[in-house]
Amino acid sequence: MTEVGVAPARLGWPCWRRAWWVHLFLYRRLWRGSLSTSLLFPVLYLAALGVGLGSLVNHHTGSVDGVSYLDFLAPGLLAATVFQVIIGESSYPVMARVRWDKTYFAMLASPLSVSDLVIGHLLWLAVRAGIVAATFLAVMAAFGTVASPFALGCLPLAMLCGVAYGAPMSAYAITTESEQGFPMIYRFVVIPLFLFSGTFYPISQLPRALQFVAQVTPLSHAVSLSRMCTLGIFHPVQALIDLGYLTVLLVVGVVAAHRAFTKRLWR
Amino acid sequence: MSTANPTPLVIARGLEKAFGDFLAVAGVDFQIDRGESFGFLGPNGAGKTSTMRMIAAMSPNTGGSLEVLGRNPATDGAAIRARLGVVPQEDTLDAELTVTDNLFVYGRYFDLPKATIRRRITELLDFAQLADRADAKVDALSGGMKRRLTIARSLISEPELLILDEPTTGLDPQARHLLWDRLYRLKSQGVTQIITTHYMDEAEQLCDRLVVMDKGRIVAEGSPRSLIAEHSTREVLELRYGHDEQASHGAQLADLAERIEVLPERVLLYVHDGDAALAEVHRRGLQPEGALVRRSTLEDVFLRLTGRTLVD
Repeated sequence: MTEVGVAPARLGWPCWRRAWWVHLFLYRRLWRGSLSTSLLFPVLYLAALGVGLGSLVNHHTGSVDGVSYLDFLAPGLLAATVFQVIIGESSYPVMARVRWDKTYFAMLASPLSVSDLVIGHLLWLAVRAGIVAATFLAVMAAFGTVASPFALGCLPLAMLCGVAYGAPMSAYAITTESEQGFPMIYRFVVIPLFLFSGTFYPISQLPRALQFVAQVTPLSHAVSLSRMCTLGIFHPVQALIDLGYLTVLLVVGVVAAHRAFTKRLWR
Repeated sequence: MSTANPTPLVIARGLEKAFGDFLAVAGVDFQIDRGESFGFLGPNGAGKTSTMRMIAAMSPNTGGSLEVLGRNPATDGAAIRARLGVVPQEDTLDAELTVTDNLFVYGRYFDLPKATIRRRITELLDFAQLADRADAKVDALSGGMKRRLTIARSLISEPELLILDEPTTGLDPQARHLLWDRLYRLKSQGVTQIITTHYMDEAEQLCDRLVVMDKGRIVAEGSPRSLIAEHSTREVLELRYGHDEQASHGAQLADLAERIEVLPERVLLYVHDGDAALAEVHRRGLQPEGALVRRSTLEDVFLRLTGRTLVD
């Protein structure tokens, strides 16, 4: 077949990297808006619960699982914060790009494909989660509650969670007809998991049924791993279960996200 | 070299697009040559946008065949899109970013070097008369400015083929004429253009050749002038009578025209010579309350081919 036209397009730099880069570019432009909350949140929570409530807890029980309440609480809050930020980042912003600003369609008019968009988006969620975890760790260090160099393990853990939590949520956000589901998810998924996933007290304190719920839902596993990292105390079996759970969630989520993005954007 | 190449830029054969059971594009054939401005006209839901999206390699065809720039959009989409500029019906700009950043980000999608993008941004902002708004957030722009920015953005990759889906909908007359001016300039630079529009004057101005679509099919094809010659008369005589006289007078005038349309408020006589027809109307003693002789336009062709009933 005759080739019409002139020079072929320069497609050297993989397309997905451009779809990822745009999120970094946007963040560089807009990060100031999110920094106040991502710094303020850990400061307020660690001060109020870790120090305030914690002194009461320490006074009554001596310690929680063998460590001070602040040391116990902080890694749990770190994981819970990553969870909340990533669910947020995978809800309204995704809907905006497909329904309101429709910038996904602008991207798809360029050489980028739907797969590039998905990869770029999920890698961005990993970076975003890493930024949240790094900020949180810095605040924890300021509170003097980073006990082990293994605490740096929270960064790759957060990046794993960013994709594992963000992919299924993004799959929902890209296909749902209206934003009305988001507050429901926040009220009936995010908040309950925040409260019952072992962030504020060991899961063993819960009734059997709720313990089971905590173990089959995703946040408790990140809380558990995060705590092992910052305390430097590892429970290999539990760690494998947690990592396995998050890995399965990640794989299922990525497949679901790719299907959902393709269904919505390539038709 | 390429301008002498006779191979068409776009070739569609029996092209179809189905959404479930609904056939949005029901088998269309057309080809678009390098350097021409090609129009898709039709009422809402005629299948224009679906056709444009398939040409832009943004939507897979479900039947027939399509070739764009010598390639198959279904398998070679990225390589085709790298050489296209698309102005979608909706602006799809990033509202949180500035005018300049929107252009910069878009240029990066095409993997253009940063220095090249910066140079083109300066040119395009002049082109779109947005230079003084370079650092404004898109949120703060008027509708016309956003439209111009979207058009400027589509040019950042210096496309060979520009796809414009209702480029001037929502623009004021000043902005429309500015845009037409810009599209002429691009055409003179050899950029092939595919345009959909609801404005018949725009189609007459911009398109060398066009097709009229209705219910997913092409119902007419040709230059604006040839379509008027084929589907309408040289002139139209518009007569206004009192409400209850319309129908009876209309019946008495039918033999004067090649075709007559009796509308609730007007009687339209499609004739070769409007003034002669009007004189005959007066001679028959059917004095109208108002009369207008005008040239046939593409709008007459459009309404004849696609009907006067509202689609949605």
